[in-house]
Amino acid sequence: MSGLKLSNVIKRYGDVQVIHGVDLEIEDGEFCVFVGPSGCGKSTLLRMVAGLEETSEGQISIGGRDVTHVDPAERGVAMVFQTYALYPHMTVEENMGFGLKMNGVPKAEIKQKVGEASRILKLDDYLKRKPKALSGGQRQRVAIGRAIVRGPEVFLFDEPLSNLDAELRVEMRVEIARLHKEIGATMIYVTHDQVEAMTLADKIVVLRLGNIEQVGAPMDLYRDPDNKFVAGFIGSPAMNFVEGVVEEGGTVRMPGLGDAVAPASVALPAAGSKVIVGLRPQHIRVDPEGDSHTVDITESLGGVSYVYANAANGDRLVVEAREDDPMPRGGKVGLSFDPANLFFFDAETEKRIR
Amino acid sequence: MHPALQGLLTIAIGVSGCIGYFYFSNLILDRFIFPAKGPNAGRNITRANMVRPWLFLLPAIIALGLYLAYPVIETLRLSLTERVPVPGGGPGEYAYNWVGAENYVKMMAEPKFWEAMRNNMLWLIVVPAFSTAFGLLAAQLTDRLSWGNVAKSLIFMPMAISFVGASVIWKLVYDARPEGQEQIGILNAIVTSFGGEPQTWLTIPFWNSFFLMVVLIWIQTGFAMVILSAALRGIPEETVEAAIVDGANPFQIFFKIKVPQIKSTIMVVWTTITLVVLKVFDIVFAMTNGQWETQVLANYMFDKLFRANDWGIGSASAMVIMLLVTPILVWNVRNARKEMR
Repeated sequence: MSGLKLSNVIKRYGDVQVIHGVDLEIEDGEFCVFVGPSGCGKSTLLRMVAGLEETSEGQISIGGRDVTHVDPAERGVAMVFQTYALYPHMTVEENMGFGLKMNGVPKAEIKQKVGEASRILKLDDYLKRKPKALSGGQRQRVAIGRAIVRGPEVFLFDEPLSNLDAELRVEMRVEIARLHKEIGATMIYVTHDQVEAMTLADKIVVLRLGNIEQVGAPMDLYRDPDNKFVAGFIGSPAMNFVEGVVEEGGTVRMPGLGDAVAPASVALPAAGSKVIVGLRPQHIRVDPEGDSHTVDITESLGGVSYVYANAANGDRLVVEAREDDPMPRGGKVGLSFDPANLFFFDAETEKRIR
Repeated sequence: MHPALQGLLTIAIGVSGCIGYFYFSNLILDRFIFPAKGPNAGRNITRANMVRPWLFLLPAIIALGLYLAYPVIETLRLSLTERVPVPGGGPGEYAYNWVGAENYVKMMAEPKFWEAMRNNMLWLIVVPAFSTAFGLLAAQLTDRLSWGNVAKSLIFMPMAISFVGASVIWKLVYDARPEGQEQIGILNAIVTSFGGEPQTWLTIPFWNSFFLMVVLIWIQTGFAMVILSAALRGIPEETVEAAIVDGANPFQIFFKIKVPQIKSTIMVVWTTITLVVLKVFDIVFAMTNGQWETQVLANYMFDKLFRANDWGIGSASAMVIMLLVTPILVWNVRNARKEMR
């Protein structure tokens, strides 16, 4: 098992460039998640690693071996597809053993390896069934089994849980995490679901429009986003953004937050210029005494509630309120927050001001 | 009246007749028989809806009964009778005497019948196999080509030609002129250009059947290709990609991943062509008329019925064809239905 390295990888379809020079290093045994909105190129990047898409420029190496122009089968990767992609005419056993059979592995060894994988995935009772006779979760397990059996250096998952219902998704998510622990292989996992990314990843790669926005451990991205996009993408509900105006003396006035003035210990631009201020919903408290915001709706999820509050200037904010917090029932409220939790972004480049 | 005008008029009357039938029959049902008002409105609507499907089916049932079911029964009857002129009666006056299975026994004793049976079996194996195989090959090869659609149209085009038209074309291909003259048949032109002697292809026993089969294969390949091409496109791309990652080569992908997934379509195509083959008549009739050992059942039937005027044996051979076709037809329809589900 071994790591993976992308250097200045570019993908073009004709004249259209969709991946713009990606550099990335994934350690041996790491669980790396590619995350981003649809159309960001995360699946394309994964398929380039798999060899299903040609790499227009740059280099891909797996375990120190340059595989940029190597056939998919010889890259030492195995892939799990969103639609499972099981061979419908083969039994579970045949599906899992197909790759080995194609590579001329002796029958006895195939049987042994399939047996091992089916034990890990608890598929023993279904080996003689066709995919048609399996549930969605079982099918996805077979697809994962097919990948395990080949003993690849790198596992590639392309949105493997998107076709499952919510409950099963959580279950399979845990199962994949367990699997990674058990076999310890390098895994690359593509998803648009930031919850999956946060819970599974050792390392998250946030992509947008064919560029890497930021790479890091889940909590690092959460606590220390490099730009507005990452800040807004990681964390649920998403971070609130309001406009801020820089004042003399290193403070920022925020009309969207009840015209509050907060000190900022960062290198702010000149007084009078605008910045974007980010604040996570769980870092705001509702103050029933205030009257700076109008409550639009309140979503109660039990333990927490999300209060949607509109500022006088039209800014919309989400506030996470706990069970025992004073609950506003419509009408006017004020918001309070700790200035230490504020993030400042450049209004033009949307880069974090540190 | 001008024939074209007459044709148009017929079409107009036919179509408006159909529309009129459906409109007025439904009107009568809903207005007068089971009106959707009064104390029984609810019951009437239910009843009208139970009757309605039959209203729509009725014309088809009548037409099929008249032109399919009745002829089958009549043919069965004729095959068990003997037609003899009434003594002293005028022309066209015949008596039908019950003879039981005698027609069948007589037919079985005829070498020409067994020649037709043997040839039909040959056709049955060769034509569906080659049409399906070529169709599959053409479908796979044209799918990824930029000019694939043009190629497909060309391969499909023979489907638009009638069997007789195709036979005429191929008769020219096989045409033979005496040695020394210029060969207008492409096959002989090729043979002579390599220094060979011109052959009268259609008179070479045993092989001439295959030359006739080529015509039908030429026609049916387009059909097989179109259906199989659609089926190939229906295969989920991911299964092919998974196989690529699994290390299958293009041949293995085709035979182990693609073909098994469209197996049922291949079988439907195969059996549909089989049905065409069992009924093959025009090609043999137009090219050799069953001479030189190329006889097939349908042409044999035509010979007996309309040339020898032997209605008994003619009908008996028709029954044989029907018996051969029926099981395949049933299987085909069932499979097609399963496909749709």
